[in-house]
Amino acid sequence: MIALPGNIENIDGIVIGASAGGVEAMSAILPALPARLRAAVFVVLHLPRERPSLLVDIFSHKCALPVREAQDKEPVEPGTIYFAPPDYHLLLDAGPSLSLSADELVHYSRPSIDVLFESAADQYGARLLGIILTGGNRDGAAGLAAVRRRGGVTLVQEPGEAQVPLMPESALKEGPVDFVLPLERIAALLRTLAGRME
Amino acid sequence: MSDADDQAFDIELKLLVDAIFLRYHYDFRGYAQASLKRRLTVARDRFGCRSLSQLQDKVLHDPATFPALLDYLTVQVSEMFRDPAYFLALREKIVPLLRTYPSLKFWVAGCSTGEEVYSLAILLREEGLLSRSLIYATDINSHALAKAEAGVFEIDRIPGFTENHRRSGARSSLSDYYTAAYGRAVFDKSLRKHIVFSDHSLATDSVFAEVQLVSCRNVLIYFNRELQDRAVGLFHEALCRKGFLGIGSKESLRFSRHAGSFVDRVREDRIYQKADQP
Ligand SMILES: C[S@@+](CC[C@H](N)C(=O)[O-])C[C@H]1O[C@@H](n2cnc3c(N)ncnc32)[C@H](O)[C@@H]1O
Repeated sequence: MIALPGNIENIDGIVIGASAGGVEAMSAILPALPARLRAAVFVVLHLPRERPSLLVDIFSHKCALPVREAQDKEPVEPGTIYFAPPDYHLLLDAGPSLSLSADELVHYSRPSIDVLFESAADQYGARLLGIILTGGNRDGAAGLAAVRRRGGVTLVQEPGEAQVPLMPESALKEGPVDFVLPLERIAALLRTLAGRME
Repeated sequence: MSDADDQAFDIELKLLVDAIFLRYHYDFRGYAQASLKRRLTVARDRFGCRSLSQLQDKVLHDPATFPALLDYLTVQVSEMFRDPAYFLALREKIVPLLRTYPSLKFWVAGCSTGEEVYSLAILLREEGLLSRSLIYATDINSHALAKAEAGVFEIDRIPGFTENHRRSGARSSLSDYYTAAYGRAVFDKSLRKHIVFSDHSLATDSVFAEVQLVSCRNVLIYFNRELQDRAVGLFHEALCRKGFLGIGSKESLRFSRHAGSFVDRVREDRIYQKADQP
């Protein structure tokens, strides 16, 4: 059994970031989220910018929760998985509501994980869980640090297991995190989380 | 940064935005907070300031600071024929309806450095409508407007523009509309004759003409809902009966107070039509 920090019972938002190898990693954990989850889930996956996103199609079939591409100004609904659209940053604003921007690339990426995580930390504070998965890029490290600073729960995929370890390694270098786990145990944790949050 | 610093930042942001409004009458009070915060963080660091309060001091007392800051507050990312499907939809589904008007007016709101305006002008020329058209192109960033007026783009952007143009259902070659010189592409002055550039803010100014089509793409995402409602209200007022409104591919009128005043015309490309009043 994993020892859980106290505030994990109150999670209302989950942010997940991944780059290279991310589709497979997401496939191992998003389907683990049960239909009764109260938290909203926001995902940034680096993908070629010009291609329309197929993520929603891919994951709708695999997940118990509704999966949508984020739309600007959309009010956040609990128990929903939102993907950042290609070529736009996804942010959270007051409400909480979704917000998109076409600002400059961050870490060569749009959408950027840092941008999502930092704005989500502002909205959710300690009620946020941040997860960094596989990737060949440093995006997400500063974002996860912002989650921690606001009292949220932080989780990083075990670099040894990640398809590309640079992203989890960079996140770990920024400071202490609550969990470092392989995908299988991340999925298990998300299942227990959902049970507790009812 | 600590949690207390984060809270101070939010207060300083509000004060800075108020100061800019009082001093320069540029109104950023209704901009979407999260992305504004990010841009101001970048600006603070670039201007070598410790805090937004320090930046505010500069903005109020050093006249060179605000014009430079404006380039951080507004986002100048654009492309010719950005989202080719949008221009294809204009060409195939809207242009046939526009042909019935003896003269045409268009409004490109938030035109940035001009890519969208020249794209529209080229499309209208290809469809034989430009000679009876006038395009108003507006923005709040005077640097961007000056570039737009010049109609000069870096030559290395042209292959991307050409590919977008082709995918928009082009009836001619993009190279028909510019001459290349010294690493730059200079767009044809005859397009420019049909465009009026002017400084206009969707946050503070009012309607200036009646138009058949408004194209306002990737601008509304920077506004909060109230300011979006104001802007869409202006478009509604500017549009003639059954006029058209095109917005960015990830924008939507669904969450707007004016949603009921428009009907979907080309849903997947975010082209709306002004609804008849009940
Ligand atoms: C991302 S660019 C969009 C350029 C172009 N429409 C496109 O889609 O490629 C956003 C533009 O909106 C302008 N803008 C921001 N606030 C504005 C306001 N209140 N009124 C008019 N334009 C504004 C900015 O200066 C910038 O040029």
